[in-house]
Formats: sequence, structure tokens, C-alpha cells
Amino acid sequence: MKDINLIIDDQPVVVAENTTILHAAEKLGINIPRLCYHPDLSLEGACRICIVEVEGYRNFVPSCATPVSEGMRIRTNSPEIRQARRDLVELILDNHPRECQICERDGNCELQNLAYSLGVRERLFEGRRKLYDIEKSSPAVIRDAEKCILCRRCVRVCMEVQGVTNLSQLYRGVDTVVAPAYEQGMDESVCIACGQCINVCPVAAFLENSSTDEVWAALADSNKHVVAQIAPSIRAAIGEGFGLPPGTPMTGQTVTALRRLGFDAVFDTNFGADLTIVEEAHELLKRLKTKERLPLLTSCSSGWIKFMEHFYPEMIPYASTCRSPMSMLSVLLKTYYAKRTGIDPQNIVVVSIMPCTAKKFEAERREHQSPDGYPYTDIVLTTREFIWMVKSYGIDFARLPEEDFDSPLGYSTGAADLFGTTGGVMEAALRTAAEKLTGKPLVDLEFTQVRETRGLKEASIEIAGHTLNVAVANGLNNAKTILERVKKGDKTYHLIELMACPGGCIAGGGQPYPPDGHYVLDPEIARLRAGALYRIDEAKTVRVAHRNPFIEKLYKEFLETPGSAVAHKLLHTTYLPREPKGIK
Amino acid sequence: MHADTASRLDADILEFMDACLQKEHPKSYLIAVLHKIQQRYGYLCQSHMDQVAQHMQIPTAIISGVSTFYHFFRLQPRGKYSISICLGTACFVKGADKVLDAFRTELGIELGETTPDGLFSLESSRCLGVCALAPVVTINDKVYSKVNAKQVPELINTVKTEERV
Ligand code: SF4
Ligand code: SF4
Ligand code: SF4
Ligand code: FES
Repeated sequence: MKDINLIIDDQPVVVAENTTILHAAEKLGINIPRLCYHPDLSLEGACRICIVEVEGYRNFVPSCATPVSEGMRIRTNSPEIRQARRDLVELILDNHPRECQICERDGNCELQNLAYSLGVRERLFEGRRKLYDIEKSSPAVIRDAEKCILCRRCVRVCMEVQGVTNLSQLYRGVDTVVAPAYEQGMDESVCIACGQCINVCPVAAFLENSSTDEVWAALADSNKHVVAQIAPSIRAAIGEGFGLPPGTPMTGQTVTALRRLGFDAVFDTNFGADLTIVEEAHELLKRLKTKERLPLLTSCSSGWIKFMEHFYPEMIPYASTCRSPMSMLSVLLKTYYAKRTGIDPQNIVVVSIMPCTAKKFEAERREHQSPDGYPYTDIVLTTREFIWMVKSYGIDFARLPEEDFDSPLGYSTGAADLFGTTGGVMEAALRTAAEKLTGKPLVDLEFTQVRETRGLKEASIEIAGHTLNVAVANGLNNAKTILERVKKGDKTYHLIELMACPGGCIAGGGQPYPPDGHYVLDPEIARLRAGALYRIDEAKTVRVAHRNPFIEKLYKEFLETPGSAVAHKLLHTTYLPREPKGIK
Repeated sequence: MHADTASRLDADILEFMDACLQKEHPKSYLIAVLHKIQQRYGYLCQSHMDQVAQHMQIPTAIISGVSTFYHFFRLQPRGKYSISICLGTACFVKGADKVLDAFRTELGIELGETTPDGLFSLESSRCLGVCALAPVVTINDKVYSKVNAKQVPELINTVKTEERV
């Protein structure tokens, strides 16, 4: 590749051919302001905030879309450029609500930051305001078109990363709006509730459907026994909400914060994850023996499950029937735990802190209600919502002492922690499957072949004379790729892990907005958060799910054996083809 | 949006889609397909667009984006009385835009829409070649000449009265 020499703000720089001006400037430590641009999505070139001045060009050019050429001389910060950028932001603000103080994104909004850093200090002109109602039909994701600035990042992530294509730009001119087909409600659309549109939206036009009020109300009700569970990936990400660097594990502090908020008991979704592995490994071994319904598809990602129901109903027989770790634990809380403590399950309120908006959808599914009609999981909060509650309560999170989960549904093995990252469910399952197949304790526990997957990875694993062909996919476009390979049938796959979010739950649709110096969906953040989970796993003495002593006890006292009738009734679920049918 | 009572697309339209799918860039024929459907049924309803989506494997969000972007696609059936306002140069100069505004306020609908009772729909036309009579409004086949905004409520009332008898 050819080298190109150019000068940006009086500094010479050499970059490869076809580099954009924006990236060339980054090499010099110059961060050109931007809005619609995202490194992992297709180029939009819609906002023009990233304009720069190129000597000899009559007009300013958008740096995100313009490749460098030999001898270019570029200014990124001339007074004219600064004025032009300010004008562009003012134009956006002219028909944007003046609502920062009552907005969910106050303090972490890209538009707000941009206006501030570019020096917009007065509003001279009021344009035509867009008037829309907030679309709240989905329990997971709400859409507030009044705040939308039409950058189309959500449209692109939904199409290019998730392969769902639920969103599109409808109408034209001042009437343009981003919405599902026919402007239908999110709950009537093919939306799989993953929340990635929330993550990439620079403003508050997509948000989770918030449940914090219900949690405050439950905590204030003395007749309710309010218990919490936290997903594996929460501990690795929550610190960022309090200014800690990505990848700082905060398990004990999270437990303490929950107790201070008034939760009566604090449990760990990890326990549910260990249990999932025991049940799922049992399913896998059974299918390996009979050679039926292979590959086994994992079922812990609620977004992936909804995707399968809309887009791949023909694969339903292959999916593991295991409930997600969250739902497994919730079931135990309203049965086993209720019995042990003598508390009426109707008075137990299960609050799950999840990295995921799709879990809000899952909690409402009919399949996850008890035969008496109450939900196993009462309320799901995203990491973001929980961070807000902690702040709102005046808890100095970063300096909290560490406390332990309540026993026994708070004890977990290292395998469970891995559930939070791509490849983790696979690794946890392989550990248990390997021990069951060989009948011996595993010496080398780490299956690094399935770690650090960006997108899609395949591996063949030798265990006790068996070759297991496995694959790990995250981001549902990659799920499509692997499922099409499975359908083609060139190769027999045995186990496939699927997670809806790019990087797994650590990059879920409910995780904190990225801290300074990182961007949304930054693989570096995912790597750091996953690193925290791998370190937690390494530090534990028990690292194989079925050797969790409390799981063994649970089977003895309550569930009999993995795959037993009672385990099936409580821990397994069913799926159904869903309308509207997705277009693959 | 209008409630869908629509049926399966006619066989020849399905065949037309099949033919498009054989071509090099099948998805670029979407507009042509939608045109054909509008010609046949008068407008594009959700059920027909859904059928196109499944048949051509194009996500409904994309079809919805295309059908709302172009003014020539109607998303509701025409009303029993289709009001068309000429927005040609001559009519425009003589105040057709004000006439249009009057219809919009009076009926509470925009161009391309139909009143909820299904009685009136509103659209614009290009020059009808009777510029001497500008501004011109047609209601179904009837031509009204030199219409001004003030006459609009009366015009609508006349139609409504006729409708009642
Ligand atoms: S989206 Fe951003 S700019 Fe808009 S009201 Fe909210 S905080 Fe303010
Ligand atoms: S939640 Fe996911 S599937 Fe739904 S619109 Fe957003 S990105 Fe698309
Ligand atoms: S909803 Fe958000 S991400 Fe989507 S176009 Fe609007 S501002 Fe951009
Ligand atoms: S960031 Fe370059 S045009 Fe929007």
C-alpha cells in the first residue's frame, strides 16, 4: 500500500492510502468533532460536523468521508471552521427540545457535549419543533422521536450489526422520522429488544423502558420481601458509571450498594448460570449420544431467542430448552427459596440487574410466569438504571466496603462469571462436558480457542476421543452466517453459542455509556470488561459449574437429577415462531 | 394508517415480482413493483407491502421507507370524493396554495390522506391545461374554476349535502 504525506494543522503525517482525513488526524492526536460517524458502521456523511478546510478546495469537506491525498494541507480548527461547525450544531438544536435538565441523557449526551465543546452559548433561533408522542409499546426499548437528530446510527446498527433491519427513515424533509415499518409500535415489529440502538444513539431518542419507579415503590413497601440478583457482566462494567476505569471488578461493592438501597437479600445470577451449565451440558451429552438435534444452540441471550423466533423458527428444535440464568434463578427464588424461608412467593419481589434490555422482554413472556400467573422475575433494571439509583441515593459507590452475596443462591464457580462475555457460555459448558465425558477432573481448564471472539469463531475441540465442532457468534448478523452454514450441512456442528450483542453481555444494550476516551461498541471496552471476568474466574477455587457444592445440594434436596421431570418443569422453557416474520 | 381489508396480491403481480427476482439487481425493482400494486388497487396497504417483503425478501422497514419517501405513493385508499387541487404555475400564482391550505384545515388531512369517514381524500395535480380558469379544483370528475380559499367550506358542504340525499 502506498504511503501518503500530508499536513494537518501544521504537523506533517504519513498514513496509508485510502485513510480518511478523520483517521489521519487521530494519528496526530487531533480529535475532529463528529456525530453520525461510527467506526464499525457504514459511512453516513449526514451531519457534516466533522468538516475541515483543505487548501485549494472551495468548500469544507467532511473528514469522515474524505480520503487523504498526497500533499494535502488541512486545517481542522480555523475560526471559519469553528463557526461553521457551531452553526451546524445550532441548526440541529433549533428543532430539538430544550429539555436537558429533565432528560435521561443529561450529562452523557453527545449532542449536549458537542454544543458545549463547540461553544454554543446562546440560542438565537427557534425552528419548527418536531412533535411526537413517546412510543412506549415495548417493555424493553422506547422511542422518543422528538429528540432524534437523524444521524441514522440506530438504523445502521440494527441492519449491519444485528441483521434485523427493524428501523428505517420514513417520510421526508421536516417530517422525516426514524421508526419501524409503518411507524408501528416496537412491540408489533421485528425488534428483538437488544437495545443496541440505545447504545449507539448520541441522544435520548432511544432509551430503555425504565422501571426504577417500581423498584423504589417495592423497596418502600414493608409487606414485600424484595430480593436482587445481578448478572455476571454487571460487576465488570458498573464501575464505569462512577468514574472507574473499564474492567474494574466491583462485585462486593455492588452487593453492599444493593443492601444499602434496602434490598432484603442479594443473590447472584451466577448461581443460575452454574445451574444452566449443568442442565445444558446434560442436554448436550444426551444429544451427542443419540446424534439428534445437533448442533445444540445456547439459549441464555434473550435477544437471540427473540431473533430466532422471528427469523429462524425452523431452528427452534435445536435451541437448548434451558431458561436463561436470570429466569432459572428467579424460578428458584419463588419456589425453593420461598419454601425454605416460608415467605409467600406472591410477596417476594425479584429485581434483576441486567446488562440487557431484552431481559425486560423475557421477564414478561408468558413462559416465564408461574402456573398461578405471577411473573418469576418481577422487575428488570439495566446497569444504567441501577447506576442512576445508586447515585440518586447518595451512595459513594467507589468507596464502598465489599460484602458477600446471601447464601446459598449467591455462591458460584468461575465458570459462571464467564457467562458475561462472548465465548464464556461455551467455555463453561466445555469444562463440564469434558469432565462428564472423561469422568476425570479437568487439568487444563481454559479453552482459549473460544475466547476474544469479534463476530464469529469456529473451533474443533478434542475431548476423550470425541471431536466437538463448536462455534461462537455474537452480533446477530454473525448468527445468520453460522446458522446458514449449519443449514447447508457441509459440516456437523455440535454446540453453538449465540449472543445478540457484539462482544456478549459485557457490551449489552443496557450497559453504561462509554466513558471519555472510548466510543460506543469500542472493542477495547469489551476486552477490558471481559478481562475482569477472566480474572475473577482465575481467582476462584472452584471453576467448573457442576462442582458448585450448593448446586449439588440443590439437586439432592429439590431438583433430583439434571434433566429430571421436576428440573424440566422448573428450569426449562419453550419457544414459538413469531410474527411478523423476519427477512433474513 | 388505514385498516387493511386487502387480499392476496393478484397472480400477475406475483409473477412480475418473480421476473424481477431473476434480474441482476432484483431489489432495485421495488419501486416498479409498488407502482404496479398502486395502479391495481389504488393505494399501498400494509398487507400488500408485507407480501412484497416476503416475496422479494426485502425488510418491511425498507419498503415502508420507500413508500413514504415518494409523494406519488398513496398509503390510504382514495375517498369517495377525491379532491384534486392543481398546483401548476398558473394556479399557484393565483393562490392555489391558499386553497390547498383551506382544504387541509377544513378536512383535517394532508395531501395524500383520506378523512377517517372515507368521504374525502386530498391530492394535488399538475397543470390541467385550463389555466384561464385558475385556480382549478376537481372533485371526482367535476371541475371547479376560479376557486378561492373562502369558498372551500361551502364546496365541502355542498358535497356533504348531496351525499345525504
Ligand atoms: S438528548 Fe441531549 S441535548 Fe437533547 S434534551 Fe436530552 S440531554 Fe439535552
Ligand atoms: S432494540 Fe435492537 S432490534 Fe430493536 S430496533 Fe433497536 S437495534 Fe433494532
Ligand atoms: S434515534 Fe438516535 S441514533 Fe437513531 S437517527 Fe435518531 S439520533 Fe440517530
Ligand atoms: S461525522 Fe462526518 S458527516 Fe457526520
